[in-house]
Amino acid sequence: MKLLQCPINGIRPLSEFTYGGEYRDMPNPDTCSDKEWAAYVHYRHGAPGVKKEWWYHGPSGTWFIAERDTMADKVVRTYIAGQEEAK
Amino acid sequence: MTSRIAKKRGEWINRDKPLTFEYEGQQVQGYEGDTISSALWANGIRVLGRSFKYHRARGLLSFANHDVNALMTDGEDTNIRADVWPVSHDMKLKAVNTDGGVIKDKNKYIDYLSPFLPVGFYYKTFYKPKRMFPFWEDKIRKAAGLGEVNFNYPRHIRPKRHAHCDVLVVGAGAAGLSAALTAAAEGLSVILVDENRQAGGSLSYDYAGDQTSADTLNTLLSEVEANSNIRLITDAYAGGYYTDHLVPIVEKSGITKVRAQSVIVATGVFEQPPVFRYNDLPGVMLGSAAQRLVHRYAVKPFEKGVVVTANDHGYRTALDLASVGVEVVAVIDMRISGAGQELTQKVKDSGISVHKGSCIYEAVPTGDKLGVKEVVVCPYNENTAEADTSRSVRLSCDGVAMSAGWAPAAALLYQAGTKMGYDYDVEQFVPAQLPEGVFAAGKVNGVFDLKSRQQDGRRAATEAANYLGKVVQLESFKAASVNRPSHPYPIVNHSKGKNFVDFDEDIQVKDFINAAKEGFDNIELMKRFTTVGMGPSQGKHSNMNAIRILARIRQLPVEKIGTTTARPFFHPTPIGHLGGRGFHPHRYTAMHQWHVDHGGEMMEAGVWMRPAYYAPAGSGLTASEAVQQETLAVRESVGMIDGSTLGKIEVFGSDAGAFLERFYTGKFADQKVGGSRIAMLLDEAGVVSDDGVAVRMAEDQFYVSTNSSNAATVYREMQRYVQLWKMQVTLVNLTGAMAAMTVAGPKSRDVVAALTEIDVSEAGMGKGAFRTGKVAGVDARVMRVSFVADLAFEIHVPYRAGLHVWKALMEAGKSSGIRPFGTDAQRLLRLEMGHHLVSHDTDGLTNPFEAHSESLVAMDKPFFIGQRSLKILEKKPLNKKLTTFVLDPGFNGEMPNECNLVIDSASRIAGRVTSISYSGYLDRHIGFAFVPPEQSHDGARFQIRTDSGAMVSATACNAPFFHLLESRGE
Repeated sequence: MKLLQCPINGIRPLSEFTYGGEYRDMPNPDTCSDKEWAAYVHYRHGAPGVKKEWWYHGPSGTWFIAERDTMADKVVRTYIAGQEEAK
Repeated sequence: MTSRIAKKRGEWINRDKPLTFEYEGQQVQGYEGDTISSALWANGIRVLGRSFKYHRARGLLSFANHDVNALMTDGEDTNIRADVWPVSHDMKLKAVNTDGGVIKDKNKYIDYLSPFLPVGFYYKTFYKPKRMFPFWEDKIRKAAGLGEVNFNYPRHIRPKRHAHCDVLVVGAGAAGLSAALTAAAEGLSVILVDENRQAGGSLSYDYAGDQTSADTLNTLLSEVEANSNIRLITDAYAGGYYTDHLVPIVEKSGITKVRAQSVIVATGVFEQPPVFRYNDLPGVMLGSAAQRLVHRYAVKPFEKGVVVTANDHGYRTALDLASVGVEVVAVIDMRISGAGQELTQKVKDSGISVHKGSCIYEAVPTGDKLGVKEVVVCPYNENTAEADTSRSVRLSCDGVAMSAGWAPAAALLYQAGTKMGYDYDVEQFVPAQLPEGVFAAGKVNGVFDLKSRQQDGRRAATEAANYLGKVVQLESFKAASVNRPSHPYPIVNHSKGKNFVDFDEDIQVKDFINAAKEGFDNIELMKRFTTVGMGPSQGKHSNMNAIRILARIRQLPVEKIGTTTARPFFHPTPIGHLGGRGFHPHRYTAMHQWHVDHGGEMMEAGVWMRPAYYAPAGSGLTASEAVQQETLAVRESVGMIDGSTLGKIEVFGSDAGAFLERFYTGKFADQKVGGSRIAMLLDEAGVVSDDGVAVRMAEDQFYVSTNSSNAATVYREMQRYVQLWKMQVTLVNLTGAMAAMTVAGPKSRDVVAALTEIDVSEAGMGKGAFRTGKVAGVDARVMRVSFVADLAFEIHVPYRAGLHVWKALMEAGKSSGIRPFGTDAQRLLRLEMGHHLVSHDTDGLTNPFEAHSESLVAMDKPFFIGQRSLKILEKKPLNKKLTTFVLDPGFNGEMPNECNLVIDSASRIAGRVTSISYSGYLDRHIGFAFVPPEQSHDGARFQIRTDSGAMVSATACNAPFFHLLESRGE
């Protein structure tokens, strides 16, 4: 089983985590076009590379972002959303 | 006859503890510490099994579990590896894959049929005539496989253990022991694992007639034993490599999952047989097998033998054999160049003649074909792999030790993602690029000289220590060059074949040539067509020769052929080791035992157990009778259901109202304290994903319920959005902490009023009202709800008070005829009320407009999840609508089922049924269906196609359905 670094609780086994989907910046719903909104809701990027993803550590209820390189099968870094600079 | 020799230094048997066991009906003497094979061999028993395909007699080959010649059963276990399994007193063993005993096996005639059973024959024959196929299939199925499955196998519980260490060293030979010591000296915690019963690897048998290795081993072992940082596990193999250095260590007693910070692979090499005709006769064995017999078990492999070799190891074997009094007739060296001067001289000094540039063209069987009588030795051309039979010599002997080279035991390295390259200096695949935190040392790394192996182990451990953050100077060394340990092509062609490459599957050289002719000339294809490496030993003794043969057929360098994929497990592992216990946890509500005691038929409901209905013992109620009675009680007097499984989340903070406004579709900012509102949740695509009730308990405190099955996900999503929106909100999940029950029916008010000072009258507590106060003496939260009946009270109390309050309500309701009801009645009751269930009546595409939920959506709010998608959807015409329907009065045809389709007048699919039930109270069949919007108005008729294809008419009908009673005049 893989290991994953929770920014709060440290390295934990993958079974404690839930995948929360790709992280996407929401377009401004008041100004974006219907097409832009539909693309935001429905399109995901499947090409291998570094993915920005939501992950959830169940036992502690911590949501965080993992940057995961799907080509190298490696997690590059993890951080609480909005706190990547403070890392 | 006994082949046991005088007590040897370092032997693994305990001569003070003799024991007796039975093999094929014969009593056999052995010692504690013997393996089954060593004890049999010591007693002159050499036929240990019959081969898989041709039922040829087989003896020892690798004597290291790298082949399955000696596969036995004791009646309980099917596949005992006799080469490594310890004997025990009174064991009763038989060889598998025989019909009538290993000596007289009735199936040995198949060997004579071998010309008619070419490689891949089963892909091409027996298909015509077609009617004969079942006959042949039956025959082939009976012939295939080894041993019989024991269907009465007792259940042994094997624990799963976990261990952690800084460095896991796999293989406790010279390199592994040295690596462990170096890592431990740096203060690192080390687990050292070895598949053999004792540590030491080749240090415990490859002596070449002197004791240097034994001395080295003693020194290393005593240092390891004295080091508290090292945990040595023997008789256990590393089963596989999994991501982030997780390695299962398999012992007889169970599996230990080791999570290491780094892994050093010092697994050594598997000896590979030279390939010549009848190289499989009992008595013909690998050089290292002969050495193990001699030094670990003090058994002579044979009395008078020949050593055939294509490397220097054969010379070392010859010296070991000679040292215990085996008459070694000759060393037949396939190389024209021969061995080093010093080694050759030593062998000659022992009175053994050396024949360079020669091969064994074939071994000659004894009359009974159960052993070897003599070998035919010919000059050998290393380039063409041909023997010059015009100049043959016959040497009589009763055994052959053979050495031709090695294959790396690199399964773990491959699984870890190591890129391997081919090193022509050692004629072996060696690691070219290792993954992070994985290191290789010793023979598997292409280092063969004994001193160099120890240095290589220390080098690997130093690298591991540096990888783990220590700063240690690397000891620089250059591995001493050795004579090429493996021969590039140790094959002797023979026109009559039976020169075996894979002993598990009886595969000969010509099988590869034929497979290539058929076009299977890629290593993976060749493996599958010939089945090389697909037997129980998974190519440990055969893959390397197969690769060499294919390389020669295709005239490509070996590295261009590549290797087949090495998957876990490294070694066949009993299913019992892998199987877990039946651990399937459920949550019980506070009233669980009460339900069970009162005939509750408990069903899984997500993570919970809930009663579907109550049928107390002796009541004689069928499920449907119970459900109709429970429903009727709620309609006519009072019933109560355990609703503890509801998701219950408290939302605190100055932003609590604003948060719910963004999270749910409705308005909560202006909600009054003490009031409740329906809380519908959408996803970003505007699809309905949950509905519940939000109660405002204080300005900055909401108490929100969710569907039972969504409790965890809604809480999780709330947490995500609190973080994303950076709002002043704290969430507390009270799902498990609070018990809940709903008292429903016309008499429910009387029942609740009897136990509380809260004013539950219509004036005091109208629909949707929320109050706190004591119920049955317990602090409770009480809500007027109308999911299952017009008049109903949902009462939430702390978990520990749940049973007390439940019992008190049951007692208070006794005079009113209160009945507990289960989830089946609840489903019918809500259907009668016309309430759909999210994710039962709706699916992953249903938006609120389709589910009649427009009134719950406040589109004028600035933002809520899914709002932007609804703005797009509301501009589009609806193409389906969820509607309540009723079948005709007195309907008694085939009952439609959930998911039956609604069919329009042009026979097209127009919708589907999502719920349907017979309501005894209404005496009508009622349900929910998706239909085209134009057919959703009250009174619209549509057709449902049942399972059998019959059409049933249905009528859209406004819910709740109780007006049907009025029209009936009740």
